[in-house]
Amino acid sequence: MTVQEWLKAAIADAERRGLSDLKPLLDGLAQSITALRNAGFGGRAHDR
Amino acid sequence: MTVDEFARQLRLGHVTSARATDDCLERIASLDPALNAFIHVMAAEARRDAQARDAELAAGHDRGPLHGVPISVKDLFDVAGTVTTAASRVREGLVALTDGPLITRLRQAGAVLMGKTNLHEFALGPTNEDSAFGPTRHPLDPSRMSGGSSGGSAVSVATGMALATLGSDTGGSIRIPAALCGIVGLKPTAGELPIEGAVPLSRTLDHTGPLTQTVTDAWHVFHALRGDTVVKPLSESPLDSLRLGVPRAYFCDVLDVEVRAVFDRTLAQLQRTGVTIVDVDIPHASALAAVYSVIVFGDAAAYHADTLEAHADRYTTPVRLRLEMARYVLAEDYVRGLDGRQALRREVDTALSGIDALVLPTVPVPAPAIGASTVTLNGKDEPVRNLLLRLTQLFNVTGHPALSLPMGTTAEGLPMGLQLAGTRGQTDALLHVAKAVETAINR
Repeated sequence: MTVQEWLKAAIADAERRGLSDLKPLLDGLAQSITALRNAGFGGRAHDR
Repeated sequence: MTVDEFARQLRLGHVTSARATDDCLERIASLDPALNAFIHVMAAEARRDAQARDAELAAGHDRGPLHGVPISVKDLFDVAGTVTTAASRVREGLVALTDGPLITRLRQAGAVLMGKTNLHEFALGPTNEDSAFGPTRHPLDPSRMSGGSSGGSAVSVATGMALATLGSDTGGSIRIPAALCGIVGLKPTAGELPIEGAVPLSRTLDHTGPLTQTVTDAWHVFHALRGDTVVKPLSESPLDSLRLGVPRAYFCDVLDVEVRAVFDRTLAQLQRTGVTIVDVDIPHASALAAVYSVIVFGDAAAYHADTLEAHADRYTTPVRLRLEMARYVLAEDYVRGLDGRQALRREVDTALSGIDALVLPTVPVPAPAIGASTVTLNGKDEPVRNLLLRLTQLFNVTGHPALSLPMGTTAEGLPMGLQLAGTRGQTDALLHVAKAVETAINR
């Protein structure tokens, strides 16, 4: 799933669990994950 | 008094372990109420063990440089008969049945254990503010943080409540408080010292090591922790043959103006002694924080998942929230983090090619105020947590040995640390370099 899809699902789940305070932490984690994915570490199934 | 000096004075008969232990206990009684470095003081055991060490030495049984030395222990490590709290109510009543392997080695080396020091709860934080026992305070300005997560350990050594201490380091938790409190902190090569017998934060990135007053002391304690019984004296690498590499991009981009000035002055001072300074590059440095985060969070989430379900209310709120966040890291991103770790390891290996060590500041700022969530640098508000970890976490990710030693103070007298990082598997070589640099700085 994309980072945006992940963030939306994570926030919804956190709110369902009564942990709305997690939202700013999840926003920060989303930024980290975006940077991580953009770095392109590791291989891909469609790489030569 | 340093460990090295104590060892000398002990064998000259000018001091005893009992006297040194009582001195430390008096300092704990006097200073610790304000600084909160200790969770549990082992006064009776320390006095008993100190007397035993003095009797041994009098009978001709010399255990080595740590014989009779008062040492504190971060309350993450199992010491038989004491609760390993990890600074958390989660672990109330959990008395360790046996000593962990590093504690066993310290005892075999003759160390006198003074007590268990305060830390950031479960080592999940670089400020030492979030603890079931309250924050540890900076020894020079109690309104400021000590840094963490081995903050209590650092303060105990910086104030003479112990002559050395055992800490842990997952993202900088030995080096950060060492730098902020003005002492030496060593994170050896990954895997060089056992992490068993300690409450884990990240099984992938956890390291253990000493905080001491000097590089020579770090040498003594490191080798005792390795279980070495025969150790050559620490020598200094010749300064005019030393080559040090500065990773400028990313690691020197965000620095407090005084930290930058003292770092630049220190490099110039080293160059005047004959040290060669070159610039090096870590190409994926901008992804470092992300790599570190997903690995630590993934590991921590697995360890804490059951306890979060059953006893969430026993955590401090900030640590609980971070652990709950950690549980949302996807497996695919954790694996990306492991791939990033391999890439960064190769890049640091490459950067070290042809040089003796990397050199950079340990922490971009002097000790922030307790309660500060941001620090303003170059007109921008930077999160304190990210700042404190920014320059140290690389060497947890890659496993290279790294050490912090004092490089000066701010105009207000707050300490700043210089970090040296060496080749994997060559922690001794790093200590030789550090000894030379320490001597040059202190001239």
